[in-house]
Amino acid sequence: MGRYLLRRLLQLVPVFIGTTFLIYALVWAVPGDPFAGKCGERRCPDQYIAFMTEKYHLDQNVFVQYANYMKNLLQGDFGTTFSQREISDIILTSYPNTLKLALVALTIEAVIGLGAGVLTGLRRNGFLDNLVLVSTLFLIALPVFVVGFVLQWLLGVQWGIIKPTVSSEMRLSELIVPGFVLGSASVAYIARVARTSIAENRRADYVRTAIAKGLPMRRVVGVHLLRNSLIPVVTLLGTDLGALMGGAIVTEGIFGINGIGRQVFRAIVTKESATVVGIVVVLVLVYLVMNLLVDLLYAALDPRIRYE
Amino acid sequence: MRVSKRATSAIALSAAAALVASGCSSGDGDGDAAASKDGAIVIHGVQPENPLVPSNTTETGGGKVIDWLWTGLVEYPNDGGAPRNALAESINTTDSKVFTIKIKKGTKFHDGTEVKAKNFVDAWNWAAYSPNGAQNGTFFSDIAGFDQTYTSDPDGEGPKKAPAPTAEKMSGLKVVDEQTFEVTLAAPTAVFPTKLGYSAFMPLPDVFFTQKPEEFGKKPIGNGPVKFVSWEDNVLIKLTRFDDYNLRDTMKIKDVDVKLYQDETAAYNDLLANNLDFMETVPTSALAGDKWKTDLGDRGLSTTTPSTALIAFPTYDKRFQNPKLRRAVSLSIDRQEISDKIFFGTRKPADSWANPLTPGAKPGNCTACKFDATEAKRLLTEAGGFTGEMVFYYNADSSHKDWMDAVAQQVKTNLGINARAEGVPTFAVFRQNVNAHKMTGPYRAAWQQDYPDVENWVNPLYVTGGSSNDGLYSNPQVDTLAKQASAAPTLEASHEAFSKAVELVDQDVPSIPIYFYGQQSGHSEKIKKLELNNVGELDITSVEL
Repeated sequence: MGRYLLRRLLQLVPVFIGTTFLIYALVWAVPGDPFAGKCGERRCPDQYIAFMTEKYHLDQNVFVQYANYMKNLLQGDFGTTFSQREISDIILTSYPNTLKLALVALTIEAVIGLGAGVLTGLRRNGFLDNLVLVSTLFLIALPVFVVGFVLQWLLGVQWGIIKPTVSSEMRLSELIVPGFVLGSASVAYIARVARTSIAENRRADYVRTAIAKGLPMRRVVGVHLLRNSLIPVVTLLGTDLGALMGGAIVTEGIFGINGIGRQVFRAIVTKESATVVGIVVVLVLVYLVMNLLVDLLYAALDPRIRYE
Repeated sequence: MRVSKRATSAIALSAAAALVASGCSSGDGDGDAAASKDGAIVIHGVQPENPLVPSNTTETGGGKVIDWLWTGLVEYPNDGGAPRNALAESINTTDSKVFTIKIKKGTKFHDGTEVKAKNFVDAWNWAAYSPNGAQNGTFFSDIAGFDQTYTSDPDGEGPKKAPAPTAEKMSGLKVVDEQTFEVTLAAPTAVFPTKLGYSAFMPLPDVFFTQKPEEFGKKPIGNGPVKFVSWEDNVLIKLTRFDDYNLRDTMKIKDVDVKLYQDETAAYNDLLANNLDFMETVPTSALAGDKWKTDLGDRGLSTTTPSTALIAFPTYDKRFQNPKLRRAVSLSIDRQEISDKIFFGTRKPADSWANPLTPGAKPGNCTACKFDATEAKRLLTEAGGFTGEMVFYYNADSSHKDWMDAVAQQVKTNLGINARAEGVPTFAVFRQNVNAHKMTGPYRAAWQQDYPDVENWVNPLYVTGGSSNDGLYSNPQVDTLAKQASAAPTLEASHEAFSKAVELVDQDVPSIPIYFYGQQSGHSEKIKKLELNNVGELDITSVEL
């Protein structure tokens, strides 16, 4: 187990370097001079451009720029944006917001998705099964921004149940609707995966044995069946956290949440490689760590799986 | 000029006529003084791009906040009229070259220090010293000695670097005593006092010079009716009444929260739900079919702003060097139809070179702005026709596609030229090509005045080497007339001379004015009275609850 963990952790290093370089180079390759549009319908003063070019080493080639960036990063310096804000500050203020939103979405996903999956998996082809099938199909078909705008308009503007946008305090109650919007498509996937998995294992030998032993149905389903059926669901949930965080830009925009999505978008448009990479670096770490966690969870869920 | 990055050229943000929110006239009276006194409002904003230093801010997100935090020597009345003294006690000159500026005694910065003549001189010298890299540095080019403090790169993007300036301070600025300073210009400039209300000319407190500008800009200290409280990036900027403020425009309410949105629709929904008290420009999506009028009722207000959308010709391209061809293109565009069909009447068809809301501008002086397909065809034949494809360029990252397509279509139908419109992905790429003079077809441009005077609609745009004359239009006669106009002893004489220069521009048609911007704003039920300033920003000192 210890060696396995170490090996996995070491694997993170090349992945980390590879992704950061790729992203850095991609942003660098975005066409457009970062200062061409900065002063509106008039050229920026030469001195301003020279000052900024020198400050951000923009006259160097991409490898030197990246090496400079990595050197500073390893010393804990994320650099500054073209507006001279500390990127570490941006990360520190926007990440918790996105993480909070993603966790709320994940919770909603897990509760609704798993609930629906278990109920339909046990009673296949019933009315409930068909209802869930149709409604999840509907959710998958709807783009996130449609769900977002419709709910915001209905609940926020028409009925006045919620405030249309989230306040700066990011209260949990305010995040329920945005969390649902963000997680809506995944709810459908979770429900379907859980349903299939449960339905399959329902016919497994150990379930029949458990029932034959005279165990109460609640225990059969809650302990034996559910635990064994959770592996695909956990995989989905684990990798989904990263996807939710990276994909929250639309939801963040609709509900006015200051998260990483908008920062990345702004940085890409203004060609601020350092900001994009800074934020994505953390996102890459989230992905890698979540993947590792999921793999470790397998062993906890299914004792037959061992790592050495 | 400032540019709204959100809609880039939905520069949108400007109004001229001061107007009183429609809500108040319908019987609410003039607001409740007691409720106003400690009242707070939340208004729409956009994250400023740079730390808030007046001479380094060229976009509307930060520019608005700076306008509220600072009071300049002169102010521009909300009704768009001639500027009047604000912080200045008097601005005297005999020859439009040497100005003696006396400031009012006893006004304070938000840190409690007094505003003195030296705060102006130091601030201007800082901005004009090119190694400081201030975006608004060139605004000081009128002042004697500017060429010694501000150097430019001899070969633009090339390998050479700009030489170091030979002086740190402009020789034309002199502190006379605590309240007085003298400005000597390089050449007589009648419009100079008018410029002084622009944010580049704001004073900076002594503490600015003891720290890094970006540190100052994160906690700016101004001298205006409100002071800075806090700034949470992308979330909120908090401002509150400055109780020691003793100039004309004191606050009637206490707190102003500027909520920084990334999405206009989110802000609009907040406005509808009375969760937001003021939004300067409702989103384009709400304009369709006058949706905003139904949504907002008497909480909506519509006004015109002193900015114009243009299509500029790259006159450095041989194919566009014939004035007759340019005139033919201009005459073939039915501006009224574009205004009605695409903008639902929220933009007015342009019929003059300078926006008519600008002091000194002559309304209706653009003879090339008429719609006359027959005349257009005749001129095109005289010009020898146009071979090849005429591509109209615009930046596709804000809503220009519809009207640019319409323009191209009209040129195609009315002149038989093979015309189409093409979007360039982002404003940055678009401007890069424009700045590098690499455009191969007419392109979208927009102009919002920096300060209210017709001079600002001629010198930067149509004079050889003008800061925004990107099409490289050059007519020596226009240059001479504009120079005479700038140096005229009085503003009246200057305006008269500028109108002569504009008549020549009208013959050459270096660009074609298409429409004058309009602005549709909305406010919450809470606000009983408000006014917009000369460029359509909320005058926060006028707000009553």
